[in-house]
Amino acid sequence: MTNSINDLLARHTLIFTIVIVMFSLFITFFSEPYGNGLISTSFVKTLGKTVCLCIIALAMDVVWGYCGILSLGHFAFFGLGGYMIGMWLMYERTAIIVQEAATNELLPLTETELSNAIGNQIFGVVGGYEIPSIWMFADSLGLQLILVIAVPGILAFIFGWLAFRSRVTGVYLSILTQALTLALSLYLFQNDSGLRGNNGLSGLQNIPGIEYLGQEVISIGFFWVSCIFLISIFLLFHSLMKSKFGLIITSIRDNETRVRFLGYNVEIYKLFIFVLTAIISSIAGALYYPQAGIINPAELAPIASIYLAVWVAIGGRGKLYGAIIGAAFVSLFSSWFTGGQAPDIPLGIFTIEWVNWWTVLLGFGFVIITIFSENGIIGFLRNIFVKEK
Amino acid sequence: MKIKFYIIFLYVFFINLPAVAHHDEFNIFLIENSENIIKSSAKTVDSILRDIQSFDDEIVSRFLELWKSKSLYYIKDTKQVVIVNENEDSLDALEIDGLTRIGNYSKKEIKKIKPNSGVRAKIDSILVKYQISNSDINVRQKSIESLKRNIQPEHLEVLQDAYINETDTELKTVIDRLLKFAIVKYSDSNDKKLEIIESFKGDTAIEIRASLNQLLNSSEVKVGISLPNNKNIARVIVPGFTIKNSNGTSGTTNFFNEDVEISINDAYDKLYAENLVYKKRITQEELKKILEQNISGDTIEGYSISSLDNEQSRIAAYNKLVENNLAPPFISENKINEEVNKFIFYSIYNETSSEVTNAALNTLASINFRVQIYKYIDLLIDGLSLASIYFLGAIGLAITFGVMRVINMAHGEFIMMGAYTGYVVQQFISNHTLSLLVALPLAFIITFIAGVIMERLVIRHLYRKPLDTLLATFGISIALQQIAKNIFGTQARPLTSPSWLDGSLSLSDDLSISYIRIAIFILSLIFLGLLLFVMNRTRLGLETRAVTQNPVMASNMGINPERINMLTFGFGSGIAGIAGIAIGLFSKVTSELGSEYIVQSFMTVVVGGVGNIWGTLAGASLIGFLQKFIEWFNPSNTLAAQTYMIIFIILFIQFRPKGIVALKGRAADD
Repeated sequence: MTNSINDLLARHTLIFTIVIVMFSLFITFFSEPYGNGLISTSFVKTLGKTVCLCIIALAMDVVWGYCGILSLGHFAFFGLGGYMIGMWLMYERTAIIVQEAATNELLPLTETELSNAIGNQIFGVVGGYEIPSIWMFADSLGLQLILVIAVPGILAFIFGWLAFRSRVTGVYLSILTQALTLALSLYLFQNDSGLRGNNGLSGLQNIPGIEYLGQEVISIGFFWVSCIFLISIFLLFHSLMKSKFGLIITSIRDNETRVRFLGYNVEIYKLFIFVLTAIISSIAGALYYPQAGIINPAELAPIASIYLAVWVAIGGRGKLYGAIIGAAFVSLFSSWFTGGQAPDIPLGIFTIEWVNWWTVLLGFGFVIITIFSENGIIGFLRNIFVKEK
Repeated sequence: MKIKFYIIFLYVFFINLPAVAHHDEFNIFLIENSENIIKSSAKTVDSILRDIQSFDDEIVSRFLELWKSKSLYYIKDTKQVVIVNENEDSLDALEIDGLTRIGNYSKKEIKKIKPNSGVRAKIDSILVKYQISNSDINVRQKSIESLKRNIQPEHLEVLQDAYINETDTELKTVIDRLLKFAIVKYSDSNDKKLEIIESFKGDTAIEIRASLNQLLNSSEVKVGISLPNNKNIARVIVPGFTIKNSNGTSGTTNFFNEDVEISINDAYDKLYAENLVYKKRITQEELKKILEQNISGDTIEGYSISSLDNEQSRIAAYNKLVENNLAPPFISENKINEEVNKFIFYSIYNETSSEVTNAALNTLASINFRVQIYKYIDLLIDGLSLASIYFLGAIGLAITFGVMRVINMAHGEFIMMGAYTGYVVQQFISNHTLSLLVALPLAFIITFIAGVIMERLVIRHLYRKPLDTLLATFGISIALQQIAKNIFGTQARPLTSPSWLDGSLSLSDDLSISYIRIAIFILSLIFLGLLLFVMNRTRLGLETRAVTQNPVMASNMGINPERINMLTFGFGSGIAGIAGIAIGLFSKVTSELGSEYIVQSFMTVVVGGVGNIWGTLAGASLIGFLQKFIEWFNPSNTLAAQTYMIIFIILFIQFRPKGIVALKGRAADD
């Protein structure tokens, strides 16, 4: 019995890997630089971004669907990852531009002159030229990549440690994570936060050092990296959840008290999952924002994290592929409907313009899914196709 | 008949004749001085203004008024100063008294007299003297008002006279105050100044502070070998270290203000400007420029250009230029410090008497102390009104959460619904008071019904799954928000408060409470009372408390929990609707109105503790006061205040996970 389930799951991962790889190849062969150009660069970027959203949806699914912690803050970690990589992208690119401009000067720039010029370029919009101390590692890709992992990791660790230690659970925990997200986005909105206030970081699509490749090639590159990361995370989570560790995680979701009485240190397990998913969200963000090109504090607003929960719930929580389907499905549909591409529906006296009414449909549709199908679309399909006795 | 004649005679002789005589003299005066009146300048006008004062008050004030307001004309031929009545294509020239007609002239023959602003100011300062003793109180008031704006040393006497002669008590106090300012500003007598400065103690009026601060104006940075003995020193300045306080003394830099009064480099430049040192400081930019001018090939004096990418090597190359007499010598940082330290920098008060400035400092300190206390009170009131808003926003949420353990994410949208109800009602009822009276119950009814519908359709199906409820209500929240956006558009809609709620209760220049805040405070007090009554004194409250504590047991006792749930949910939503109107009164109504308050409302519930009115009150107070308190530390940055407050709350939950007022016993299990 256990073996047959494992076989099924093993087959799932194989199918999943093949599907994603085929999909990536398919996109590549129709892309502008490597194929007949049927798929535009901007659409490749949209797909690449969607893949990143699928990754964070996976993380959300693990922390919520498997571990039962409804975190309304994981998108903040996603944004933090974007900010961390964005700092390097922006600093390095500005440095290159400043140095190019300096070749016209008679004397080479001193370090102070260089940093003032860079600071003026980056922070001119918020009225400053000094480079804040949080940018001290911004000139090094390696260190900034470490920060992509370290900053959200430490933040999640501190928050999780405080919250789990005092046994904050359920909706309380959700509200606290939401508050944390709000605090973070409000902090970033300040001009003196050192991260350009509500201007955010921009020009992130220009990758210093490989700009000569052009956006068509870079977008394909990011798409592939995102897909590979998605597969690895899927495999990681799949094997993790299949293991004994995963069993304990799901038991914590189902009855935390009982697991604690069995002698497990529940807090450590929850903390581990919380921090791990935070870090993965952050990496997903670090992959997402170079494709999006711009990040600002509004991206971190609490509502983004709630939408993340909505995606997972619609797709089907507690199933890894459910999260992926939910994220891909809802985010692509959202951009289709709100992008004005969906045909309006004339109803005689009143025309349904999807730009305005999509959110309403999504909201009520979500309510219906929550009430009638606890496991989202996946659960719904299962009920139809798999007759279990 | 005889008597009548006699009276007429008397009248003409004693009353009319002298006036006529004065009038003629005045005309002669005008003719004599016409040249200077027509082409007046600030220099020539003084003598005219001095001489003119010997004439009859009425005619002089009339003349000056006309002169100042550019209503005087002159006939080009005769240079006679006149006033005119405009006809269609010609002008009637009249004498200054406006009675005697001189003749009719074409527009080319008559020209307007235009005194410049310097002359007008001088006229004004004389004119005040006449106006301030005018029999009409309105004229007097106007002249005092104009004096307030522009008071001159010569007004001191005028004001003193006016103070003695003034009969209207209200105006007298105004004059008294103005006189005091004038004395502080212009009097020669230090004793008088000291007396008045002393009398200012404890009066927090802004104009008094301004007057004292003006007295404490100090000079630019001065420099010397030692401090001068005979001067009233305001402060000793340490370049690169001290800052200038608003009262003219020097202070040290602190966290909030980092701007020193003069930097060490600027201090050195000042020394150079005053010929106290003889070598000019070479700035980095100048150094760079001179280096660039001396480039020969790839090198400057043997230093390769590519090596000049740091300050030390640049200075070394520059010093080489100096050796070859190609550049002025470079002053090193140490040398600059050394030179600056040889001198003492200071500033002196414009006021020469140290006694007066000390008294002013003293009085200002006592005033500032009182102002500080007012600020604390203001802070308390701010906190109180914010707390009442949070209380109104959160209490409905707290009730539903307490009874049903359901977090209603759409609560913010019920607040929004209430606010829009108020807006829509105002479109139909133009009387703001009446519309408010209609809107309050209507908002309650509408949101009550919306709440009940939501409970019946959605919440009921998700009772044992609080997280699912949270998300489902979020779905409703985004849908409702978007619907509101589709109906009312994205721009803010006004919810105008009735006129009796406009304005504020002013307790001093620094302390005023707007009536809306008072109204919201009272509204939340009413709701607190109402809720306490409903929960503790009615059958519904009893049943609600029973369901809160133990639904199963309550059900066994014959209470229908479903009915209670439905009613509490409706009730909580209804209160949100009323909170919406309260919030809409002071902020604009938008579809995002609710979501701005929702996180704070959650915080209030979490901090306060679930299912208890007093808990919500405590939570709202804590959060409201805390937010204002943090804002007070850094008033320019309300975003930071919210950030720190949320961090505080997260920490607070560590120590009281169940909130300030936690339920005890069995009810605490969830």
